[in-house]
Amino acid sequence: MVEDDLQPIEAEPRKGNSLKFVIGGIVIIAAIIYLMVSSLQANVQYFLTVDEVLEKQNSGELTGRNIRLSGAVLGESIQYDMDTLELRFTIVHVPADIKLVEDEGGLAAALHNAVMDPTRSQLEVVYYGAKPDLLQNEAQAILTGELIANGVFEADELLLKCPTKYEGSVPDQIES
Amino acid sequence: MVAEIGFGSLFVSLIVSIYGVIAALYGTSNHQKKWILSAQQAMRLVFPLLTITVGSLIYLLINNNFEVVYVSKVSSLSMPLYLKITALWGGQSGSLLFWSWLLAGFTSAVTIKKWDRDQDLLPWVIVVGLGTLTFFLVLNTFFENPFVRYWQVNQDIVQSFSQPAGGFIIGPRNGSGLNPLLRHPGMVIHPPMQYLGFVAFIVPYAYAMASLIIGRSDDRWIQLSRRWTLWAWLFLSLGLILGARWAYDVLGWGGYWGWDPVEISALMPWLSGTAFLHAVLIQEKRGMFKQWPIVLIILTYNLVIFGTFLTRSGLLSSVHSFARSTIGPIFLVFIALTFIASFWLLSSRWDKFKSRQELTSFFSKEALILISIVLLMGMLATTFWGVIFPNISELITGAKVTVGPPFYERVAAPILGGILTIMVICPLAIWSYVSFKHLGKLLWKPFIVSLLGIVLPILGGLTKVPAVIAFWLVAFVLAVNGFEFVRRTRLRRKTESESFLEAVFRVFQRNKRSYAAMIIHVGIVFMALGIIGIEFFQTETQGTLAEGQELQLASYTMEYEELQIFDTPDARNVARAVVLVKKDGEVLDEIYPRRDFYYDSNQPVTIPGVRSTLVDDFYVILVDWKAVTSEGATFKVYHNPLVKWLWIGAWVIIFGVVVATWPEKKSSMAVSKNARPK
Repeated sequence: MVEDDLQPIEAEPRKGNSLKFVIGGIVIIAAIIYLMVSSLQANVQYFLTVDEVLEKQNSGELTGRNIRLSGAVLGESIQYDMDTLELRFTIVHVPADIKLVEDEGGLAAALHNAVMDPTRSQLEVVYYGAKPDLLQNEAQAILTGELIANGVFEADELLLKCPTKYEGSVPDQIES
Repeated sequence: MVAEIGFGSLFVSLIVSIYGVIAALYGTSNHQKKWILSAQQAMRLVFPLLTITVGSLIYLLINNNFEVVYVSKVSSLSMPLYLKITALWGGQSGSLLFWSWLLAGFTSAVTIKKWDRDQDLLPWVIVVGLGTLTFFLVLNTFFENPFVRYWQVNQDIVQSFSQPAGGFIIGPRNGSGLNPLLRHPGMVIHPPMQYLGFVAFIVPYAYAMASLIIGRSDDRWIQLSRRWTLWAWLFLSLGLILGARWAYDVLGWGGYWGWDPVEISALMPWLSGTAFLHAVLIQEKRGMFKQWPIVLIILTYNLVIFGTFLTRSGLLSSVHSFARSTIGPIFLVFIALTFIASFWLLSSRWDKFKSRQELTSFFSKEALILISIVLLMGMLATTFWGVIFPNISELITGAKVTVGPPFYERVAAPILGGILTIMVICPLAIWSYVSFKHLGKLLWKPFIVSLLGIVLPILGGLTKVPAVIAFWLVAFVLAVNGFEFVRRTRLRRKTESESFLEAVFRVFQRNKRSYAAMIIHVGIVFMALGIIGIEFFQTETQGTLAEGQELQLASYTMEYEELQIFDTPDARNVARAVVLVKKDGEVLDEIYPRRDFYYDSNQPVTIPGVRSTLVDDFYVILVDWKAVTSEGATFKVYHNPLVKWLWIGAWVIIFGVVVATWPEKKSSMAVSKNARPK
């Protein structure tokens, strides 16, 4: 009875029957769109620089919000407590605008400049867990978490990139 | 010298590729067969030519020719041979070349078949195949040349392929080496599988476009590309699963699946490719919705290119992405061109691909498959939106935003639930028409068995409602498939006097494709089981232990024995903890969580120690240790129930695809049956 090899009986196309399938399809698609929109509203994160965080923290619009933040890791600030797995370090402002970064000579140079510049704004980060392998001076840190009351950022996710360890900037091989 | 050979061969293959496109176009517009055959020869030639190029680059990598910029950046003296070879795809330009080479392999392989009956398709398959290849070869030749070398001109170091005036070649004594995270056996197999999966979809796409162009609306293009599609799908699936496995085995990639934008860009063509496979089935069996497979294969092809673009343009912040590059805009132009051209073609042929049939029942097989296609596309839209939303939002509002894993998880969970539900009904549904009553008759027995999937977890103390539902669906799908298999075998035995085993074999043979589909779906359900286990039931703990001390998690106890620190010949410093895994006071296993420090790149890589069983994984990470006294070490410990089923599911899927693509014995009969006029 349920043999796939059976040739289907060529059903007479029934007129007016397709409406229920159109409605069914619309219901499913509407459900998916609702799911998408509602989840998006609940889960959008701001992606900010250190400057922007410091600027906005007093207005209170960041409290309780999940944010994403990027900056350069200040190597000498890294402290790790093995017993509590509490990791603390400071990140330094790096501009988010790609053009500004390119003007400084690429990401690696921008991160280096940031760490060497004492006038840049800084933010303290705390994280509980294993110390990431790539956490080192002049790494780019992309943090997800919340700003906790005293101007400290508590990260629940750390993503680190060391531009020097990856393939360097693309060489200008097409010399004129 | 070798670099010149490699680049020369690359350049020639670009010329040959362009020639092939032009010859095919000329031949088809002037009805001159010799030009088309010449184009076919060109398509055969690109693969050996590019093999010379790839061989040259591998030669340079193996022989430590660090004057080549690419070699100096991805290889080093201390790397073992197998890693030097894998460094071929360890960086931007090399991996693009590898990609082009695989693409050439597929296009060349397509030319081997006999084209007698499909002469009209051939020129357009060549145009699409070699056209795509030309694009990648242009990138490799003019923008991402892996053979660029260092030259010293007066006091400056210049990077160039050809010799600048007054320049001579110099090279560093050692390369900076492959990123340590990539120095893993996973590097040998995950990227090639992923790439094979990506590029193999060129074949069905080329056939689809050829059919569209000549306006041939029968199933021929689907029959010709069916095996290619299945293998493409298998490779893509394996690429994803192997990536997940690698991420699970090495810390630093962020768990088995992190909704990283690059992971998503590999998932998107998988979703549309899966939908394509199913749409094809409806067309073959019912001759319905003939536009759907074409739309889906166009999407898949463009998503493959789009994924490559995302990974290589530096647009994303991801562990996978390559350095920022100039090739982004060219990619966008290529995607826009192929996308617009494909859909313009489809719209101009839309009526030709219309079918007369209409859906008759919600529970017919075609309706159920259609719903699952819609669900897959919903998932695709979600992931696509999640990846591009940050860029759109930045354009419009100026605020940089991102969406994280919670967004994807919230949408994915109900959609996965919906797909599992359809997988419950689908094996029982029949084509064309089926009543709910008929389904009910077949469903009630498996339904009762599936209740075990609710009762057992609840008795085991499970209280999470979504988890109970998930377990029930998994049990239901397995029960339905089991009952259906037994029922069909019994039917057979009623009419033929065969032993049970023989009947199993015969039924299998007669309905190979349908059973292969069953096997693949059971594999998917196993994988779902693994995902449910790790997503709902993962527990963790951490602690600093002195030698001989213990730590407990779930029903396990781990005892820290000692720490061994030593150097290896390939320039690593390894810190390895010896850990005993115990249960009820009995030692079950010894595992070795460790941290490798790579001297040449000054970077550590953490590798967990894992004890894996069908029930659960005990997963221990060495976080830190007291360097001088080596008395105490800190561990982070995870208990991951059922995660092994994720990998078992993958093996089941491989088996299913092998069954599905196994050459037919009575192939001549099958062809004549399928080729009947509609």
